[in-house]
Amino acid sequence: MSVPMIRLDNIEKVYRTDRIETVALSGINLDVEEGEFVSIMGPSGCGKSTLMHLMGLLDAPSKGTISLGGAVVTDASDKALARLRNQSIGFVFQSFHLIPDLSVLDNVEIPLLYRKVGAAERRKAAEAALERVGLSARKHHFPSQLSGGQQQRVAIARAIVGKPRILLADEPTGNLDSQMGDEILSILQDLNTKEKTTLVMVTHDPRQAEKTARTIRMFDGRRVN
Amino acid sequence: MLGNYLKLSLKILGRRKFFTFVSLFGIGFTLLVLTLSAAVLDHIFGAYPPETRADRTLSVYAVRMEGDDSQSTGPGGFKLYDQYLRDIPGVERMSVLTTPQHVVSYWNGTRIQSALKRTDADFFRILDFRFLEGEPFGDADVNDGRFVAVINESTRRKFFGKAQAVGKSFEADGQTFKVVGVVPDVPIFRLMASGDIYVPVTTAKSDEYRQRIRSGFMAMFLVKDRSLIESVQQEFKARLARVEVPPNFKRILAVPESVFGTFSRVILGDFESEDTASRLLSILLTMAVLFMVLPAVNLVNLNVSRALERASEIGVRRAFGASARDLLLQFLFENVIISVVGGVLALIMAALALFALNRADLVPYAHFAINFRIAAWGFAFALTFGVLSGLWPAWRLSRLKPIQALGGSR
Repeated sequence: MSVPMIRLDNIEKVYRTDRIETVALSGINLDVEEGEFVSIMGPSGCGKSTLMHLMGLLDAPSKGTISLGGAVVTDASDKALARLRNQSIGFVFQSFHLIPDLSVLDNVEIPLLYRKVGAAERRKAAEAALERVGLSARKHHFPSQLSGGQQQRVAIARAIVGKPRILLADEPTGNLDSQMGDEILSILQDLNTKEKTTLVMVTHDPRQAEKTARTIRMFDGRRVN
Repeated sequence: MLGNYLKLSLKILGRRKFFTFVSLFGIGFTLLVLTLSAAVLDHIFGAYPPETRADRTLSVYAVRMEGDDSQSTGPGGFKLYDQYLRDIPGVERMSVLTTPQHVVSYWNGTRIQSALKRTDADFFRILDFRFLEGEPFGDADVNDGRFVAVINESTRRKFFGKAQAVGKSFEADGQTFKVVGVVPDVPIFRLMASGDIYVPVTTAKSDEYRQRIRSGFMAMFLVKDRSLIESVQQEFKARLARVEVPPNFKRILAVPESVFGTFSRVILGDFESEDTASRLLSILLTMAVLFMVLPAVNLVNLNVSRALERASEIGVRRAFGASARDLLLQFLFENVIISVVGGVLALIMAALALFALNRADLVPYAHFAINFRIAAWGFAFALTFGVLSGLWPAWRLSRLKPIQALGGSR
């Protein structure tokens, strides 16, 4: 039996303040196989994004363990987690999160800055990633000069420039019209089929979820399927 | 990585014009004041001609006599130096000189005021004057009480215009002196070297000065080697203990030291401690740091309040592999860059301000300038300011959890 790319084992996430304790996730068990394209659906506030952040090692669970490629990473240090995110995971966010002061090319290079990669090689890889999403012509533009769809394509280029094994997309089409949304989804599908990138996508759109291999449904912090 | 940080810093400076202006104004003004202060201190205490042997020259500007009910502080007397402090082992040369006396001359219907110093031939051997004309007076001139004088170039201009002065005579303080040499002007800050007219001590109007333990004289000791300074100081101290002090006084205190040391001793009023120079230097550096604190706190505030604006960037960098340390370095580097830019602006403004100060001729014979040493100090101030104002905001920003910074990824 192959080792799952992502394994969540009995995950619980509780947010605590002085007065209130909010259970965001409870008893989550989930395996995502290598090369799989999984979507996560559910109503607002059901814990989809929290789940994705845990998979992306952007947040730590209150209980349970997370394994990537068979290695438990829950107790890793800040530095080790940073390295794992850098080497293995790419992110695409709903609101793009491009750095406005940097050009498209500089934005795409960001993940490679935290690897020992020379400037020329970085530039070449960033140009290739932009080529992959069809935005080579805009590499010297700034994010504010691009449409929403173009910005999201830049964000995808940034996510794939380091050739991560896992791509996590948190409502990547949420801020786009349906035509743009379809374009973005087809890029993601293409990455999954051609590059065998493991893909997890949070979405509200059942039409898009249908295009993925498997859909995880969430409600009130729990898996319902 | 650093190149990328530099690029980002410069881009942010260019794109956030108001922030850049406010930051640079605060940093630039602070560093301007500090750089100007450093330039003035360097001008006063740096090893410039004629004090090129400052590293092994010890000076005594003031002494203190103490009794049960009385205390007297001021320049030492000729007798103190001549009778008790000559021939200290390790001292190559010793010079005794008066504090500058303001004398008046009437010359071709003009009133000329000059600072006159009476001294000996070793004065010109310890100090490294570049003679524009003639030569210094010698031991024979001093021993015979000849009325000869070395004057500075401003005095030459006042008395003789553009003509040569050597061989000509002039009158000062009711005495007539023949010029034997002309030297460049020395700023009045240089307590030992500055003066308009230098004449042999033996031309004094009376011999009374020879009997005084405390009055009107300073001394310079050229030590053979820097390593001997401490032993010279100890011998000096031992000899002071043997001085026969005037009635009402029990002891006399003084320490031969660098010009800055002498200055510190007078400023701090401390005639006993071994090392007042480091104390004054610490005080000055503390004042410099305190002076930087307020604008630094302002910049800290500005930086922290900008954290929200840059939260998304922090989140993205964390998500794509930056560790907290990477971010700490990035933000610190950015702050140091803006501080260094502020420092460069401050240096340019300081150079202009010093140019104006020199033109205004507020300080006689002073020629303030920015040199490599001042630029180094300016750079050090800028770095200190950058780290001081950048560390805390950088640390706070770097500690943001990725998910907090991304605001739930929205």
